[in-house]
Amino acid sequence: MDFLTTLFAAGFYLATLIFVVGLLFKIIQYASVPAPLKVPTMPAPLTTGGATLRVLSEVVLFSSLFRSNKWIWLFGVLFHAALLVVLLRHLRYFIDPVWMWVALIQPFGKYGSFVMLIGLLGLLGRRIVVERIRYISNPSDYLMLVLLLVIGGSGTMMTFVVHTDIVQFKQFMLGVMVFDFKPIPTDPILLVHLAAVMLLMIIFPFSKLLHAPGVFFSPSRNQVDNAREKRHLAPWAAKLETQDS
Amino acid sequence: MADFDVPDFRPYPFVPELKPDAMKGKGPFIAKPVHQEPLGFPGELVDNWEEKAIEKMGDMLKKYRSFRVYLDTCVRCGACTDKCHYFIGTNDPKNMPVARQDLLRSVYRRYFTLAGKFFPKLVGARDLTRDVLDEWYNYYHQCSQCRRCSVFCPYGIDTADISMAAREIMDSIGHGQKYCNEIIAKVFKIGNNLGLPERALRDTLNGLEEDMEDDTGVAVKIPLDEKGVDVLLVTPSADFFAEPHIDGLMGYAKVFHQAGISWTVSSYASEAANFGLFIGSYENMRNISQRIRTAALELGVKRIIFGECGHAWRVAYSYLNTFAGPFDFLDPKYPVPQHICEFTYDLLQKNVLKIDKSANDDMVLTFHDSCNVARATRMGNFPGGQFVIPREVIKAVCNNYVDMPADTIHDQTFCCGGGGGLLTDDLMELRVKGALPRMEALKHVVEEHGVTHMAAICAICKSQFTKIIPYYGFQMDQIVSVHQLVSNAIVLDGGEV
Repeated sequence: MDFLTTLFAAGFYLATLIFVVGLLFKIIQYASVPAPLKVPTMPAPLTTGGATLRVLSEVVLFSSLFRSNKWIWLFGVLFHAALLVVLLRHLRYFIDPVWMWVALIQPFGKYGSFVMLIGLLGLLGRRIVVERIRYISNPSDYLMLVLLLVIGGSGTMMTFVVHTDIVQFKQFMLGVMVFDFKPIPTDPILLVHLAAVMLLMIIFPFSKLLHAPGVFFSPSRNQVDNAREKRHLAPWAAKLETQDS
Repeated sequence: MADFDVPDFRPYPFVPELKPDAMKGKGPFIAKPVHQEPLGFPGELVDNWEEKAIEKMGDMLKKYRSFRVYLDTCVRCGACTDKCHYFIGTNDPKNMPVARQDLLRSVYRRYFTLAGKFFPKLVGARDLTRDVLDEWYNYYHQCSQCRRCSVFCPYGIDTADISMAAREIMDSIGHGQKYCNEIIAKVFKIGNNLGLPERALRDTLNGLEEDMEDDTGVAVKIPLDEKGVDVLLVTPSADFFAEPHIDGLMGYAKVFHQAGISWTVSSYASEAANFGLFIGSYENMRNISQRIRTAALELGVKRIIFGECGHAWRVAYSYLNTFAGPFDFLDPKYPVPQHICEFTYDLLQKNVLKIDKSANDDMVLTFHDSCNVARATRMGNFPGGQFVIPREVIKAVCNNYVDMPADTIHDQTFCCGGGGGLLTDDLMELRVKGALPRMEALKHVVEEHGVTHMAAICAICKSQFTKIIPYYGFQMDQIVSVHQLVSNAIVLDGGEV
């Protein structure tokens, strides 16, 4: 097994481990910390079903962001929606034979990468040009967009300009998944693409990318408006009551 | 009139340029030991305050999901940056909601995240130093906890929660705000924010009864500590002495009188306001709320109704059940608690009250949605009832009503500029500047629709507006209570016409 194959196979395991364990840790942490008070941003739904729809409308449609700022909404939706399609398209490198629906979205996934890049460039442009957003940006906020641009840019290049041996790469990927190591293609652009993806997976649980699980746990969005009807008491707050008596 | 510049009305509400450090300063007066200790906080800044503050932050991260999730989740997209009335009025970038959160988030990252421990510069993490503490104190007392930014955040991050947490941390190390903590101490000692004892309260209410009888010829009562009545009314103590609050109180009294429903005010729970909210203290909020339960049990009432007060209605509607429930000893036919507007609205729906709308014909009204009522509570049995019911009450007693522009009302309402424990003279510059967007909206309807008066249902809004409205060229009596309008229009049986 050559050096690059070893390096990228090991990197793939490490990145996956950190991504999965780190994300699970944060999700369990969010789920286990109680929300002691009823704090939905009103008007809020009166039923659990309504609250679920409210959270979904934030996740799928970015509905609060739409009310807030049309430009950020536009670039945000372009990036996220295109990323989703592009990610689904990538399933073809992990499964054999390729599922029908994955094959069908192939053209959308290919051209979706341009949409993703437009979204990212729009977000980066705003961060640089708009004084208020520039003021609140940390170096990591720019670097995150740069990293995503590197991933999207290198991927698009491989699809449309400098092709890599994708058949050989798929052999490598399928092999990594069953610990049967096949040589990785050594085109620099592929290696840059993969390294950037691994880096993204590794920093995911330690960065603002936690907005992905966080949006599901936001009490101001996921709580039901029923404070008068149903008594809401956190376990640590219930202990105050036993102290009283 | 002021030693600061009152902001100009903007020709068109554009996004302000940044003026860094425009509101840099020492913040409001710091609490003395006598204000701190009754609340269970250290009297003054403790020696190892850095360590204690971080310890407190760690403790709160385990107790409040909101705190943990909000600190992690922000992506600095910038959606909130132009939404805060204090930013609009002062242009200080640290009054942008995300920048205000980042004052605390930067410290969270340094002590509680791997990225901040190893790469502080990269992710904007910083040590908790005296400068940082001073900055917290200053800018977390430039947030009125109105939740407007949370409406617009794609993750619902609520700067109010962060600013409450920051104040809780500062209280816990002995660095509290005098205004809030002095008032809470008064509630514990006497029963209300004003420090008005039972005897003085009784005199005041007797005086109001005489005024109403002189005015109407009908003996409308404001009962105090009367046992066995139906309703306990809990109202902000400002209703007992301030203008136009007091006219609202007389309105409630007339509604109860005319509906023939027996009621009382309690001297022990003679305060609806609960400043424990502003300092983010669960324990203090709970202790204040428990007084209402105690009073309701002692007086043997069947229902609890709250008077016109914004944050009080938040604590009542959203938290009273948590802090002082269950209320299984009250009449299950009615929600606990009810808002006075819900009560009056129900009576109007049932045609129990006789109304002469022409009594308010000298006014063209608009209505200011109080931030806590709008974004943290409900009235009635449908979402958004908190917008509909007060307006329906106003329209039922007035012929002339106009709403302010759509992006300044309902859940997009702008704070009066004095909420969240900032209604103190040592923050006057902030209060005047923070009122700018509301004053612009008011000016718009005054010029376009001939509006003469703005009605409010919050004691803080009413006090704030009457004080700051002259800076913008209006008259202080242009602010009215909603139940003052009811009071004007209600026709009392046996009264002089």
